[in-house]
Amino acid sequence: MIKVEWFYWLCGAIFIAVAALTFADGTNAKRYGSGAFWGLLGGAFIYSTFVVHKTAPASVLGLAVIMMALLVATGQLGRGDTTGPSRAEQEAGADRFGNRLFVPALTIPVVVIIFAVGLAKIHVGSEPLLEKSSETLIGLGVASIVAVIIGFVMLRPKSPLAPLSEGRRLLEAIGWAAVLPQMLATLGQLFVAAGVGKQVGRLTEHVLPSGSLFGGVLVYCVGMALFTIIMGNAFGAFPIMTAAIGYPVLVQHFHGNAAAVFAIGMLAGFCGTLCTPMAANFNIVPAALLEMKDKYGPIKAQIPTAIPLLACNVALMYFLAF
Amino acid sequence: MLVLLGVLLVVIGFALRLNPLVVVTVAGIVTGFLGHLSVIAILNAFGNGFATSRSVTLFVLVLPVIGLIERFGLQEQGRRLIARLHALTTGRLLVLYLLIRQISSALGLASINGPAALVRPLIYPMAEGAAERRFGRAIPEAMREKVKGYSASADTVGQFFGEDIFVAIGSILLITGFVDTTYHLKLDALNVALWAIPTAICAYAIHGTRLFLLDRRLDRMAEAAGLTTRPDKADAQEAGR
Repeated sequence: MIKVEWFYWLCGAIFIAVAALTFADGTNAKRYGSGAFWGLLGGAFIYSTFVVHKTAPASVLGLAVIMMALLVATGQLGRGDTTGPSRAEQEAGADRFGNRLFVPALTIPVVVIIFAVGLAKIHVGSEPLLEKSSETLIGLGVASIVAVIIGFVMLRPKSPLAPLSEGRRLLEAIGWAAVLPQMLATLGQLFVAAGVGKQVGRLTEHVLPSGSLFGGVLVYCVGMALFTIIMGNAFGAFPIMTAAIGYPVLVQHFHGNAAAVFAIGMLAGFCGTLCTPMAANFNIVPAALLEMKDKYGPIKAQIPTAIPLLACNVALMYFLAF
Repeated sequence: MLVLLGVLLVVIGFALRLNPLVVVTVAGIVTGFLGHLSVIAILNAFGNGFATSRSVTLFVLVLPVIGLIERFGLQEQGRRLIARLHALTTGRLLVLYLLIRQISSALGLASINGPAALVRPLIYPMAEGAAERRFGRAIPEAMREKVKGYSASADTVGQFFGEDIFVAIGSILLITGFVDTTYHLKLDALNVALWAIPTAICAYAIHGTRLFLLDRRLDRMAEAAGLTTRPDKADAQEAGR
């Protein structure tokens, strides 16, 4: 049986390799702190396997995670001089390979679908070929490997380590944000353990017309959008609104389809992202790039789309998820 | 009620634009203490939360191949494909770009283009060029600003409401990671991603219509500015040349 843990180990191995390259990178003024960050992350990925199987204490892992946040908080995480491709490199590549450049990237969704839809049903003996309910993730892992092989054979980069160093370039650009979604998931768990969901739920009971499904959908979607506008980030709003309403009211009480409720709820948050200067990288940076007089120009072009789209999300969730 | 301070911390921290990773960590620790959890219980919660939400970070496996094809000109090839759209009016060009951006994001290419790689060097000059073909070179600043704003919006809306259809995107993996960890559900990422399709269609219908109507808006602005508008036919002829 192919297990999803194999791919977490692959992911951990990539982080550890990135850590090694970072430690050796003289152009990175913060190479020790940065190397420690990626190394801790890689180690945490592998150690986690034993935590999940309950053969190692979770508190050690918790300490490592807090240390990573501490490295970020004290400004120890930096990036080296990993320059992207030059204009000339890109033009030469595009001349040579043309549309074939899209092939490795498009391999990924194709392989994922094959695994999630096709191979998920296959059994070897009495066991399923792919670990149950991780079929898509396994597909993603295999797809990434297949795509790298196709890319490597097709493009024939000079160094066999090219995929790793290119991956490292992108990973350094992402930086600490690579672990943010995981930390938000952790925060959600702490919220639940400390009873935050119950408290927010109690508050919303005062606001919500009791027993109203439409009211619940409306508060969840509009709440996602409003929290996103304030925080500039739908990822931050999701754990809060889901702990308050999405799960207890919409999924548990009204038995909504969880996948539909959460997917549409997240997209309701994205409607908020369209409207907020807090999401600077999406809304303010383009205005600067285009040298606009009015830096709110893109937001003004987006708000009249965001409002009806939020209404659509409320309607879609109400009719499709229940 | 006191445990809600953690929520407040997240909201304030994000709004003050402090480092989100630090904000979230501190909010987690504070919430734990307010919920009367012991130090070990808090550390355990961080450890278990991390271990069970690793699926969120599995997108990292895609980075080596994306980086590799970028090195060999992925962005440049994207630019060359887009440049073939040069004969359209401003609104129609942006309607088509919105669709291209949505579909390519849904196929996992959300990161290849964006404002810096496509809108600034390509989409905006083409959209503005189309307006100049129609109204002459002396179009007023307000019209250029309108075209800029709508060009940026086509890119952002297209990315937001396309990328969620791809399974290996942060938001989808956050959903599955968060609810699987917190509520012990077993959501399939592909299933969650498919539920993003209805909203994607609505987004295309709404924003596409508004982009389509941009041509008429520009006509009215040009009229108000006293510019003569060239008829569509001349446009088509010029494009054919």
